[in-house]
Amino acid sequence: MELLSFGKTGWGDELLIATMMTIAVSITAMIIGFLFALIFTPLKLSKSKFLNLIGNSYTTIIRGVPELLVIYLFFFGGSGAVMYVASIFGYNEYIEINAFITGSFAIGIISGAYSTEVFRGAIQSIDKGQFEASKVLGLKKPVHFFKVIMPQMLRLAIPNLSNVWQITLKDTSLISVTGLVEIMRQSYIAAGSTRDPLFFYSFAAVLYLLLTFLSMKLINKLEIRYSRGY
Amino acid sequence: MDFELMINSFPKLLNATLITLKLLSASLIFGLFIGLFFAILRVNNNPIVNKFAYGYSYVFRGTPLLVQIFIIYFGLGQIEYLRSTILWVILKEPYWCAIIAFSLNTGAYTSEILRSAFQTIKPGIIEAGQSLGISKKIIFYKIQIPIAIRQSLPAYGNEIILMMKGTSLASTVTLMDLTGVAKYIISTTFKPIEVFIVAGGIYLFMTFIIHNVIKFLEKKYSY
Repeated sequence: MELLSFGKTGWGDELLIATMMTIAVSITAMIIGFLFALIFTPLKLSKSKFLNLIGNSYTTIIRGVPELLVIYLFFFGGSGAVMYVASIFGYNEYIEINAFITGSFAIGIISGAYSTEVFRGAIQSIDKGQFEASKVLGLKKPVHFFKVIMPQMLRLAIPNLSNVWQITLKDTSLISVTGLVEIMRQSYIAAGSTRDPLFFYSFAAVLYLLLTFLSMKLINKLEIRYSRGY
Repeated sequence: MDFELMINSFPKLLNATLITLKLLSASLIFGLFIGLFFAILRVNNNPIVNKFAYGYSYVFRGTPLLVQIFIIYFGLGQIEYLRSTILWVILKEPYWCAIIAFSLNTGAYTSEILRSAFQTIKPGIIEAGQSLGISKKIIFYKIQIPIAIRQSLPAYGNEIILMMKGTSLASTVTLMDLTGVAKYIISTTFKPIEVFIVAGGIYLFMTFIIHNVIKFLEKKYSY
């Protein structure tokens, strides 16, 4: 227990900050994932074969390649790609991207592939009559989407999105290989300097369990809220 | 694009794929037994046995695989007592540590898949067996297990693919599997995109094969 005390002698405060970092990365990645899903779900549902192909290749490639490999691609290739884009605009200095941004982008792209599949499934299982009815009523497109389709889609998507959230949360542990100080990295540092890996890694496991447990509780509440009337 | 590097790194990566496949097959076989064992515990009526099996699957599904590998590889070596037992022969090898971690992890997911398969078997089928006077053991082995396997094939196929991606974590405990070698080549040549295309292509190819084998089995065993 001494090892977990706050202040200079223990690792309590460091681990608390690291936990915050894990939560921050997970939420950022989840939001980036939603943005990707927002782009790729319409592509997967579109009638054009070409757009379908783009949408399908995104989800197939990302879901078929290990997360760690994607993270290595971003870690080693991220600043190179940004520098290349910057050089087009005439900026030739060395640019270093921060580990938080690379990490959440890598995890976000992965989480986006799963979210895309969830949204696609949810939209496809909405009754066709709903689409036709809102067309017949002459609703404008934004009203049609935000007031008719989205509430129904969310109800169907939330249980599966909670799985995506769990996957994303657990995937953030992989960013530790890039040096971002989240739970896993902090435990690694603490284990290295105290020579007590068993304790710190087990504690990391407890922290992750706590996070998944608490987020499940929250998501269950959301689920109840969105299935009102059913 | 450096095509020469892509062609040169292909044999090296293919060689490393062997280790990935070895890790995958070993952990799937062990994991299937662990999963079956815990699934049987889960359908047991004793609440303590039931809770224990639930706790196992909750802990292993709620924590990242990376933590599990690190606890087994770095953590267990810290226990002095373990170092003196015969178990140490296995636990000092990163290869076996990775297999233990993967088996326990996939075992937890498999137990959930099999449990839900057991629970969706229509009670009428079991009752029919009972009324024919078939003993409980034979009902379990000859009726419940085959139906459960058929029921769980699609979900288990997903689990195999997830596990295949999970074996990439073996590279964090010094094993040179496909991801490990890919990382090594990337960090020596600084050509991440080329290596990613080749290594990712090999992974995608394996996903494709697994996906189709499972589809074939599903068709074969459908009724």
